[in-house]
Amino acid sequence: MKHSLFMRLMRNPSGLFGAILIFIYLLAAIIGAFSCCPYPPDEQHVPDMLQSPSKQYIMGTDEFGRDIFSRILRGATNSLKVGLSSVLLASLAGIAIGALAGYLGGEFDNIVMRIMDIFFAFPAILLALAIVAALGPGIRNTILAIAIVYTPIFARVARGPTLSVKSTEYVTAARSIGSRPTYILRKHILPNITAPLIVQVSLALSWAILTEAGLSYLGLGAQPPEPSWGSMLSDSRMMLELAPWLAIFPGLAIMLAVLGFNLFGDGLRDIFDPRLRH
Amino acid sequence: MQRFLSRRLIALIPTLFGVSIVVFVVIHLIPGDTISAMIGTTYKLTEAQAEALRAYFGLDKPLYQQYLHWMWAALHGDFGYSVRSGEPVMSEILKRFPVTFELTILSLLIAIVIGIPIGVLSATKKDSFIDIFGRLFALIGLSLPNFWLGTLIILGLSLYFGFMPNSGKYISFWEDPLQNLKQMIFPAITLGFAFTSSVMRTTRSSMLEVARQDYVRTARGKGLGETRVVIRHMLANALIPVITIIGIEFGYLLGGAVIVEEVFALPGMGRLLLQGISQRDYAVVQGTVLFIAFTFVIVNLLTDLTYAFIDPRIRYE
Repeated sequence: MKHSLFMRLMRNPSGLFGAILIFIYLLAAIIGAFSCCPYPPDEQHVPDMLQSPSKQYIMGTDEFGRDIFSRILRGATNSLKVGLSSVLLASLAGIAIGALAGYLGGEFDNIVMRIMDIFFAFPAILLALAIVAALGPGIRNTILAIAIVYTPIFARVARGPTLSVKSTEYVTAARSIGSRPTYILRKHILPNITAPLIVQVSLALSWAILTEAGLSYLGLGAQPPEPSWGSMLSDSRMMLELAPWLAIFPGLAIMLAVLGFNLFGDGLRDIFDPRLRH
Repeated sequence: MQRFLSRRLIALIPTLFGVSIVVFVVIHLIPGDTISAMIGTTYKLTEAQAEALRAYFGLDKPLYQQYLHWMWAALHGDFGYSVRSGEPVMSEILKRFPVTFELTILSLLIAIVIGIPIGVLSATKKDSFIDIFGRLFALIGLSLPNFWLGTLIILGLSLYFGFMPNSGKYISFWEDPLQNLKQMIFPAITLGFAFTSSVMRTTRSSMLEVARQDYVRTARGKGLGETRVVIRHMLANALIPVITIIGIEFGYLLGGAVIVEEVFALPGMGRLLLQGISQRDYAVVQGTVLFIAFTFVIVNLLTDLTYAFIDPRIRYE
């Protein structure tokens, strides 16, 4: 099954292209994490400031003479850190809440889902913005904000299929032989609701990367000197005409990473749910 | 229709109540003392003075009382005063609201005028050049961060046309409509780009879905012209999911506007919110977030109503 899923993804053009982009993104993040960049990301080469892309600095340098390419790699590390941790938190919390609410049903389900609905009454980026503003800027709070905003979405995606799996015969059978709810959830329900959840994880990652970039563009994400794609883009506005490469590369990085997860998610959806394919 | 409407309106109350609690709780997560944040570091207060101020603003009361007090005032249109400007928060919001409103409406128009026709063409001429172009456009549109698109537009305009859309004083529509549109059109394109993409995508897949229906085959079979089939029989039915998407995403434009206003330096509600955040002006932050969330909820309600209005099958279960 695993093997055939992989092969089917590789034969789906958007899945394949998405996988390639994600691979490049992960590679950049790993290189950035181990500081194997051409230069240390915050090392200043003052005589070489505002250089356009060249052999020595393939993406040019900024107003402090820092190498943009190295900063992009390190930015990928920060972006991945925020994306992975927030989606991990949101999916754990959301799936637990959604599956439990769907399985138990009744008043519990009603109350929990009404609370989740309240979070849907905010434009997502606005809620994330308000939470970071309250907790204070920084990577950790960005992770928390994105996780809080995305939890209800996972809850909703997990609840729907739980409701339909709940009434299948094998769940009734498991219940009749006296299995405990936690066992049924883990052994019978979760494995059968993974398909929509995996698609959602990919889309959530694309949204998390975009939101992290947006928040750090507004100065609320990673704090200097730690580079982030969003804050690099925001800083570039001061010398836009003088050094357009400062705006082009970080933006391109964000777009390709987001595109990668969007394509991958679309590819997964095509495979899991062929009815939606056009 | 009336019963449907009143039921929807009643269902709105707990949602709005919940939203206000979330906003209140989030703002009160802010660590540190509101009074010292208000006064700043310029003046030193004695403990007695700080106590008196706290009592004056009701900050010595339990949290639930503070909430009730705040909510009661908010229901009467009183969001408190901005600590920085001394103005009532509500009047600041109302001053900024038209800018955000115009920006979102323009983006909506762009999305409809461009997204629907391309979506229809894309579906009717599946796998043609225009279809491939349209799908590519949509894919990029959904992945392009609006703050980057805005930056690129500013860069392009200033390099090639010597025009800086993000500089100079903001001119309202009533003062000089032409000048105002010149200022607003690029932010609106920036904000509407992703929106256009999703309208296009939805129109396309919805048209393809409808194309398989029996009534479309019947329409063709009785000899109707292709244009008439596409417009009267297919598009009329394909529009329902498109309108849903427009409603859902229109609300998100309000969130996106926060960033686009910052990129183009437009004095809208988003800018007010960001200013409030950077100046630690909590009454402003609280008021703006609540206002935007309420608007969002109301837009969603209007979508549902429009939806029920154009598709009689959905009405009043």
